[in-house]
This record gives sequence, C-alpha cells and structure tokens, in this order.
Amino acid sequence: MPIIITMPALSPTMTEGTLAKWLLKEGDPVSSGDMLAEIETDKATMEVEAIDDGVLARILVPEGTEGVAVNAPIAILLEGGEDASALDGAVPAAAPMAAAAPAAVAPAGIPVAPAAAVSKPADGGRTLVSPLARRMAAQAGLDLASVKGSGPRGRIVKVDIEAAISRGGVPVAASAPVAADTSVYEGEFELQPLTTMRKTIARRMSEAKREAPHFYLTMDCELDALLALRKDLNAQADGAFKLSVNDLVIKATAVALMKVPDANVGYGDEGIRHYKSADISVAVASERGLITPVIRNANGKGLEAISKEMRELAEKASAGKLMPEEYQGGSFSISNLGMYGVKQFDAVINIPQACILAVGAGEQRAVVKDGALAIAVVMSVTLSVDHRAVDGAVGARFLAAFRGLLEDPMTMLL
Amino acid sequence: MASQSEGLAFDLVVVGGGPGGYVAAIRAAQLGLDVALVEREHLGGVCLNWGCIPTKALLRSAEVYHLAKTASQYGFKIKDIEIDLEAIIQRSRKIAKQLNGSVGHLLKQNKVGVLNGHARLLGKGRLAVEVDGVAAMEVSAKHIILATGARARDLPGMEADGKQIWSYRHALMADALPDKLLVVGSGAIGIEFASFFNSLGSDVTVVEVLDRVLPVEDEEISALAHKAFEKRGMRLLTGVQVKGLRKAIAGVTATVEFLDGKTEDITADRVIMAVGIVGNMEDLGLENTKVTVDRGHVVVDPWLGTGEPGLYAIGDLASPPWLAHKASHEGMICVEKIAGVADVQPLNAMNIPGCTYCQPQIASVGLTEAAAKAAGHKVRVGRFPFIGNGKAIALGDPEGMIKTIFDETSGEFLGAHMIGPEVTELIQGYTMARTMESTEAEFLHTVFPHPTLSEAMHESVLDAMGRAIHF
Repeated sequence: MPIIITMPALSPTMTEGTLAKWLLKEGDPVSSGDMLAEIETDKATMEVEAIDDGVLARILVPEGTEGVAVNAPIAILLEGGEDASALDGAVPAAAPMAAAAPAAVAPAGIPVAPAAAVSKPADGGRTLVSPLARRMAAQAGLDLASVKGSGPRGRIVKVDIEAAISRGGVPVAASAPVAADTSVYEGEFELQPLTTMRKTIARRMSEAKREAPHFYLTMDCELDALLALRKDLNAQADGAFKLSVNDLVIKATAVALMKVPDANVGYGDEGIRHYKSADISVAVASERGLITPVIRNANGKGLEAISKEMRELAEKASAGKLMPEEYQGGSFSISNLGMYGVKQFDAVINIPQACILAVGAGEQRAVVKDGALAIAVVMSVTLSVDHRAVDGAVGARFLAAFRGLLEDPMTMLL
Repeated sequence: MASQSEGLAFDLVVVGGGPGGYVAAIRAAQLGLDVALVEREHLGGVCLNWGCIPTKALLRSAEVYHLAKTASQYGFKIKDIEIDLEAIIQRSRKIAKQLNGSVGHLLKQNKVGVLNGHARLLGKGRLAVEVDGVAAMEVSAKHIILATGARARDLPGMEADGKQIWSYRHALMADALPDKLLVVGSGAIGIEFASFFNSLGSDVTVVEVLDRVLPVEDEEISALAHKAFEKRGMRLLTGVQVKGLRKAIAGVTATVEFLDGKTEDITADRVIMAVGIVGNMEDLGLENTKVTVDRGHVVVDPWLGTGEPGLYAIGDLASPPWLAHKASHEGMICVEKIAGVADVQPLNAMNIPGCTYCQPQIASVGLTEAAAKAAGHKVRVGRFPFIGNGKAIALGDPEGMIKTIFDETSGEFLGAHMIGPEVTELIQGYTMARTMESTEAEFLHTVFPHPTLSEAMHESVLDAMGRAIHF
C-alpha cells in the first residue's frame, strides 16, 4: 500500500505553507529519519522527516509551490516490494486518501498531532486552474497565486483571469529590470518577489499600526553600574558564558514585568490577557527578515541561562530554522538597535502583546548629578504601548521599575 | 408536511413536470427538501411525450427504412418494403408512454408529491391547484419553481388546426403520409419533421424566412445541410416569407414571397408550422408578482430567480435555447442554490450543446465562426470530412464534416460544428472540452480510439493546427 505523505502542520494554527525544496528526487530510496523536503512557513523553514522506509515514488507538489494546505498530499512513498503499478489509484484524487494516512511524516523534532481536522480537501494543495486560464495567465504575465478561482472547487477559470487582468493583476515576479507603469517618472527597479516571511511581516505590522492605538514613553537609563556588574560576572565566568547588555535588558524587563504585571498583557476582543510569566520576544534581524524568538519564563531564569538560550535562538533565527514554538507566543517584546548606534526609536507593537520596548545605544552623555555636570553611560528606551490594554501610568510604572533594575542591577539578581 | 387542516405546505413546489421540473424536483428531494410537483397533463412534459423522445422514435423508423432500401449495398436483398405508418406512430407513442411511466416512478421513489392539476400563484409562497377548472387545494411553499415550458408559436391566420395545418404535436400523431408536405420554419423541429417525412417518401418543401436553413448553426454547416437535404429530394426555400395560407379540400396553398418581391404558390396536403415557441405563462397568476416578462420569456438572474423573492423560472419559460437538457441543468442549479449547496456554478449558455436529428445529423457547441469573429477573436479553424474517416466509410455513411474553432492567441476552444453520422452522440466530447476550458493542447494530447467516428473530432483539431493526418 503506497504511503501518502501529506503537508505537515508545523504549528496548531498553520493552515498552509510553502514547499520550499525537495531534498530527495523521485526514485530515491528513503529510510525512516531521512529528510524529505523543506517546508517554509510564515516564520521558519523546517525539514520534513520520513517515518517509513521505501522509495520516494512520486512528488505531487513541486518545490517552490506556495500555499500548500496542511494535510494536502505532497508525495507518495512506495514500500519495499511494491512496484510503480501500486501508484495507480494511489495518486490522491480524493480527500479521504489524505485523511486515511495521517502523520505519514513528522516534521523534524515536532510531534505531529493526528490529522484530526483536515482543513481543506486534498486538492487544496494544488491550484486548480483550467488549461485556458493557465495559458491566458502565462500570456498576460499574471501570477496565478494572486487570482481567486470562481469555478468548481475554486478552480481558476477564464473569467477570473479576465477579471484579474482588468484589475491590473499581479505580475509574475520578474528579476529583469522592469519599467513601472505607475508613474513615468519612476526610475528603473528590480522587482523582488515577496517571500512568505516578508508577506507576514507586512501583514502583521500593518495590522498592528491599523488596529492598536500606539503611544510612546521614553526614559533614559544610566548603565554604569550595570556595565560594571557585567564586567565582573563575565570575568568570573572565565569563558563559560559571556553576558551581553541585551541579556541583562531581557532579565531586567522580565523582573520589571513581575513588579508591574499590568504591563505583561495582551489585547483581544474577548478580553485582556494577563500573562502569568514573562515570555520575552526578542526581535532578531536575519537575512530573511525580522523574527522574534521567545525567551520563555525569563523572570524565572538566571542570566547565564538567558544568555545561552538567546545565543542559540539567534543562530537558529538567522538560519531560518526556528521552530514555531520558539517564535510564537510571547507576552512582551524587546527590539534592540543599540548595536547599530541608534539613539532612540519607536517600535511597532507585536500584537496581541500590548507593549514593546525599543532599546537604543548606551553612550556616554553629559548628565547633571547633584547639581553638577557629570559623564554617565546613558541608554534611551522607548516603550510603545497599545492603549487599548495599557494606560499611560502603567507604562510609566513599568519603565520606572525597569530603570530602577538597570541602575541598581544587583536587585535584579535577587 | 403540515396537517391537512392548514393546507399542504412544502419547502419547494415545482410547477410543471417536464425535463426541467421533474429533474428539479428529484434533485430537491435528494437534497432533503420536502418537495411537490404540480403537473396538469403528462409527466415528462413536451420533451418526453411530444418532443425529443417520440420524434427520435420516428426518426429511427425512418433510418431503418432507409437502411432497408439501401440494404443491397451491404449485401442483402430485401423485397417489398412496405411502410406501416400506424405501426411507426404506435411505436413512438408506446415509447413515450413507457418513459412517462418511468418519470412517475422516479418521482415516487424520491418521495416527490405529485399533484395533478393546474397551478396558479395566489400570492407570496401560495398556490391554488385546480383540477378541470375546479379549485382542488391550496398549497404553500417557501420556494416555487415555474417550469411550465412552452408550446408551438402560431402565426396569425395560420393557426394549426390539427387537420391540414399541424403543429409538432399533430405531426407526431400523423394518420397518413402526406404526398406533399410544406414545413414552415427550418429550425431543429421543422428540419427533423421534414427529414422524417422526406425519408418515408413525402414530397417535402421547407420555407425559411432567414437566408439559410438551421439558422442558429454555423453558416458552413447550414450550407452543407442545405445541399444534403436537396440531394435527398427536399426543396428548400430560404429568405422567403409565408404571406398566407388558403385551406381547400384539395390541400393548403401557401403564398410565399421571396426577397426580390416575387411570389409563388405552393400547394401541399399538410403544412407543419415550426416557427418557434412561446412560453406557457398564461393563467399562472404572474400578474400578482414582481415577475418581469420580456419577449415571451420570464426574466431570470443567473440562479434562475425572478423579480419575486422565492419564485424561480427555468427551461423554455425562462430563456432560449429551448432544449430539454438546458432546462434540466437549470433545474438542478436552481434547486442547489435554494438548498444552499456550496460551489453551485451558473450555466454558461456557450457550453450548451445543440442537436438536430435529421439525416445527416447536426450537432454543435460554442461559438460559430461568424460569432467568434464578431466577438473579436482571431480564429484558427479546422475541418475534417468524414470521407477521411475509416469507420464512417465502413458504416457506409461518410457524408459530412467536423469544424472546430480556436482562438489563435490563447488557444481557447471556441466551438465545434458537426454534420454527419452520429454527431449528436459525438458532440458530448467537445462539450466536456468547453466546460473544462480546454485549449487545442488537450485535444492534441488525447488518444482517440480507432476505428471510431470520434477520430474525426481529433483530426479536425489537428487540421486547425495545420497538421491533419488523414486528409
């Protein structure tokens, strides 16, 4: 009996993903544990692991296919002794085939939930499109992924292409320089197609700015004591770990949130979510774009643990290998651009969280102490707050607590 | 169903038991609706009782007669072939009756309540059903589908009398073969009767007001049909108008006027009037509704809804083409939409095949060449004659051709037009291709079985691409 390999759900909320790359070819032998393919979700790239032995008999979804529905068949595995004739009838034309072979593969490292809810019929993984529509789209340079089908089972038909063309359509991504038709004065540019991740960033950031009424609170924190403590601790570690300022900022944030729990909240139409632990989402830049791995329960972790975890997560993030549970959730975000010399900035809230702390560079500034000019290392932080969930006074109390911890860093170690 | 005291109440009542109505009722029952059908005459409607089916029975008789007469070509000597018109008619009636019974059985099997009588709308969601002009019951329904069909159109002063001037209905019950027959109108109905009586030996003249016979077909097909009918001994006059009919004991004399103003008197024993149909919309109570009527048809939206919420019209009553399969399909669409079925697709008129069962047969789907050009298509046209098809030659019936039309730019399969052996059976392949929005590529990559008439379908497409093999 051929084994149908289906699109795995990499997270409970995942409904579709991009089949980024096949790691094996049709005809290749497969052993349990082999990596079959790479799946790209909105946040990460994951490998699909085989849990059966056999031969990769047929690839049903070519690599580069976007919007492959969870549980849609993506390939067929033949077990030892089966020949290709066993494929007849196995090629899933009907949804029950996919449902009948749940968890034929497991994404590496993630337990696959039984395919209880098939979100779409098996054909959901394929773009249904009539031969005529396919050709018209090709001739018009139209990306079929941008066209909504009105035919049977959402099949893209002639009228859909005509409508898309008349609306201006979405052109197939072209790497050649294109002349824009929006303005004759627009210079030449190279059009880079949107990655799944870029689309997600665009969607979530727009949503946050549109939905969440932001206000901003800025405060300066003196870092001299903190830097001294960091130096001591790192010296004592003797190479076992090396704390960064950012690690200390994470810890201080977590402790401050425990002191001002009203800032450790999320907004939902159903109510305010008061998070029990400080799960700190830390914005990390990668070549692919912004991602926010989460240091969970940072209030309960020591600096060494936070530092180690942050380093691992950052490496995974830049390699695009974060697991969904490593970047989803989170109760509060930190975005630190200090290392780039940015003095102060306002971050966009990572909804549904209510607050994000934008951390600037620590720099020597002239400060007034006891009526006299003095020099201190000062770092400006700005808290962006969703006013639907958190009011100004709460935000200010959080910032005050945060500054107190930074300026008297031993207290955060208590 | 509600109790008797409240009157009968249904989810859906279908008025008319023809191929639109009974199919709609069965589909509704399948979808779990409580449905009743009101029919005032015969289940199966015109199609089954007075149209499609009985005429096919007659034409089969004509075909058998033709084969018997030409049997020597196939190695048989048959002497003394005699026509028994009564037996031919009886056979046709028997078949209609058999199928009429089947429809009743199907409705019963699906638990569709059949109310015999005439239905009239009383107001929103209410109908009165009369039997022989006497009010029998009142029924209410959340949805009402009008599927009352149509009947032959009469021209003033030329009304069918059932004696010398026939409608299709009288022609189906012919008591004698007319020596001379005049058919007014060369649409599918006129041509099928002309073909039948011509085959049995009547001297047939067809007059058509437009400039060609079978005017809805592609011009090339009309021209080929014209020639084929003339070869069989029919006289075809196009671009002529019947100015009047004079009935006398000796026969009916028609005065026809040509385009140039010349007139001619044509005398015949019988005249068949086949000048189109009119919707059956009288005495339905439409005047109390928001239904709009335009040129003899009830105006409907793509889901067959009329201007009156909860009231629908399908089939001949709603719009041309006046075809049973179109009515059936509309019935299904309408009911599925009412029942909230997901993914219901509206009917694309360009994907409805048309068939005329004359000799040779004619069938088509999609745009004619002229219509395609008028719609702005740059076309590629393929033609393949049945003389290049082995099976047609073996059958002894290699007359006719298949014409296919493609858009040159997109490759869209725009239409197919066929004349020749069994093309009414072949057209379905092209209809599927239309529905699936095929281009020439799907035809080119399809294997057609040998030896079949269908190979000519393939060759016609190959010819459109300049690469026919057998011609």
